[in-house]
Amino acid sequence: MMGIIRPRLGRIAYLGFCTLVFVFLIAPIIVIVPLSFNAEPYFTFSEAMLRLDPDAWSFRWYREIAQNEVWRNSLVNSVVIGTSATLLATILGTLAALGLANPNMPARRVIMGVIISPMVVPVIIAAAGMFFFYSGLGLGQTYLSIILAHATLGVPFVVVTVTATLAAYDPTLNNAAASLGAGPWTTFRRVQFPLISPGVMSGALFAFAISFDEVIVVLFMAGTEQRTIPRQMWAGIREQISPAILAVATFLIVFAVLLLMTVNWLRRRAEV
Amino acid sequence: MAGSLRFSLDPNRRAQLRALGLVAPLAIYIGITFLAPLGTMLTRSVYDPVVADVLPETLELLDEWDGNTLPSEAVFSAAAEEIKRAEAERTLGQVAGRVNRVQGGLRSVLTRTARELRGTEQGPWRESMTAIDSAWADPETWHTIQITGERFTTRHYENALDLRRLSDGSLASQPVERRIYLKLFWRTLLVSTVITLLCLLLGYPIAHLIARSPTGRANWLLILVLVPFWTSLLVRTTSWIVLLQTQGVLNDLMVAVGLISEEGRVAMVYNMTGTIVAMTHVLLPFMVLPLYSVMRGIPPTYMHAAASLGATPLQAFLRVYWPQSLPGVGAGGLLVFILAIGFYITPALVGGSDGQLISNMIAYHMQTSLNWGLAAALGGVLLVGVMVLYLLYERLVGVERMGLG
Repeated sequence: MMGIIRPRLGRIAYLGFCTLVFVFLIAPIIVIVPLSFNAEPYFTFSEAMLRLDPDAWSFRWYREIAQNEVWRNSLVNSVVIGTSATLLATILGTLAALGLANPNMPARRVIMGVIISPMVVPVIIAAAGMFFFYSGLGLGQTYLSIILAHATLGVPFVVVTVTATLAAYDPTLNNAAASLGAGPWTTFRRVQFPLISPGVMSGALFAFAISFDEVIVVLFMAGTEQRTIPRQMWAGIREQISPAILAVATFLIVFAVLLLMTVNWLRRRAEV
Repeated sequence: MAGSLRFSLDPNRRAQLRALGLVAPLAIYIGITFLAPLGTMLTRSVYDPVVADVLPETLELLDEWDGNTLPSEAVFSAAAEEIKRAEAERTLGQVAGRVNRVQGGLRSVLTRTARELRGTEQGPWRESMTAIDSAWADPETWHTIQITGERFTTRHYENALDLRRLSDGSLASQPVERRIYLKLFWRTLLVSTVITLLCLLLGYPIAHLIARSPTGRANWLLILVLVPFWTSLLVRTTSWIVLLQTQGVLNDLMVAVGLISEEGRVAMVYNMTGTIVAMTHVLLPFMVLPLYSVMRGIPPTYMHAAASLGATPLQAFLRVYWPQSLPGVGAGGLLVFILAIGFYITPALVGGSDGQLISNMIAYHMQTSLNWGLAAALGGVLLVGVMVLYLLYERLVGVERMGLG
């Protein structure tokens, strides 16, 4: 009798614990969304909101963000910097992953270790070094230095993602293409690239997400002209935290979910 | 004959060259935009030419000084000239800042001396300088100038490790009230360990649950892990402020259900609790994903076999499942720990004064105190620690396995 009940209790405890962990993961993100519709400049649910009184809910903070020129500029900056850094990281990272996948590649492990290292070196150290380095070159407070820095931070994600996709690529396809008369470039363009492109796209989305959320490099190297969304949020959280921040946060959550869905969709396409 | 031989060797060589050619652009790029900046930072941690450039003659003459008595008139004369010149060329402030960091109070001594010497053209300089400030009669002041005058120096690292140099050149611990950094390094390691263990405690069961679920449900549960992973770090940190602050959602909830009184609201953010909770949340996916990918490869039949051989569920777990999941524990644990010790944003925003980590101190010296040499040395120490862990990760797990999401 005990032997049957105890495992069942254990199972309930285990599932209960897991549920709590999932709540811990998700609840903090979800709670932001309704709060961004608060009509009052508070950070918590007012009683009227809980009664679902329509007057307690509003788009006030969304309007405020949309009409604020500083926020609009920082969105443009984030998109410009993110897109440029992604383009650079994706091209360099994909080429390198193709080279690293080649069994003839010498010193593969060492090179891979160095290329991946921007992922693990604390960004504060990288940002401090980049600040010294780029201001020494006279490139302090420029778009160029921030784009280059963001590409550096994003490129390991491209290399890792594309490498993983290439590991699933059947190299005999190259021989098949060659036997049918295709040169290396044609083989790459017509056979290999279409097959690994979901991985390349995923890597690019990773790199973009890194840049779109990066604040330390921007804190160290950007002037007021290069302010990005994360930089604005940082200032907002430090100075006075208004529900306008929550409206931006909601926008970023929706953006993250879209990115995640796209990457999942790409992965499924790569597996087919 | 020779031609055909070359042909049979060439493909390999050519493939190798092509591979190198593909990797080269990124390798060069990382060299310029990542390794060179790191090198610049490390250089700054050991190289500081400012004082040596501004007071060259004084320093040269001080080489012959015995170190205990008052330096000669020649030294004073050179110092007076160079201080006056530095003031005129506006480089004195940089020198004053550097000597002041080693010996508090010297900044004002230098600026006042420069001001009062302005009209003076004639010696004896020893008398006039010691009359301006008695600090010039103290050998300690001249020692300080010597220390800061080292072009290549270990003083930033000494400082970063809470050491100070005595006048005989030996190293001693800073007095207790000036020991800051070692304590902060230890705190960073301790907090990172706690967070890693919390992530393991929370992540292990859910990774197991996801790995055991049928594909459809597993995908949904994975999304619950991946949404926080893709969500902006600033957003997640903001969420925790909203939830945990004294007028926040959680406190409101506890007051509403009568768990605490209105006056009894708990400060859960802007302190170490805030740092630990928010960082655990941010880093949990980095634990779950490697665990999950290892656990997915453990066949459920092993546990059935253990049970049919008479093992209790606990025994079966401890002797069969846990050992097989260890690679995931190692990979996730190392990754979380490496990321945790370099964390900056979350402690800066939710850590208050007692929840700060070593990265926050680096940022402070970069942006506020402008003691860049010390910031670089603290960064150097942290970098060495991270590199050791990274090498370990490379040996045990392999860097390609860092694939996430």
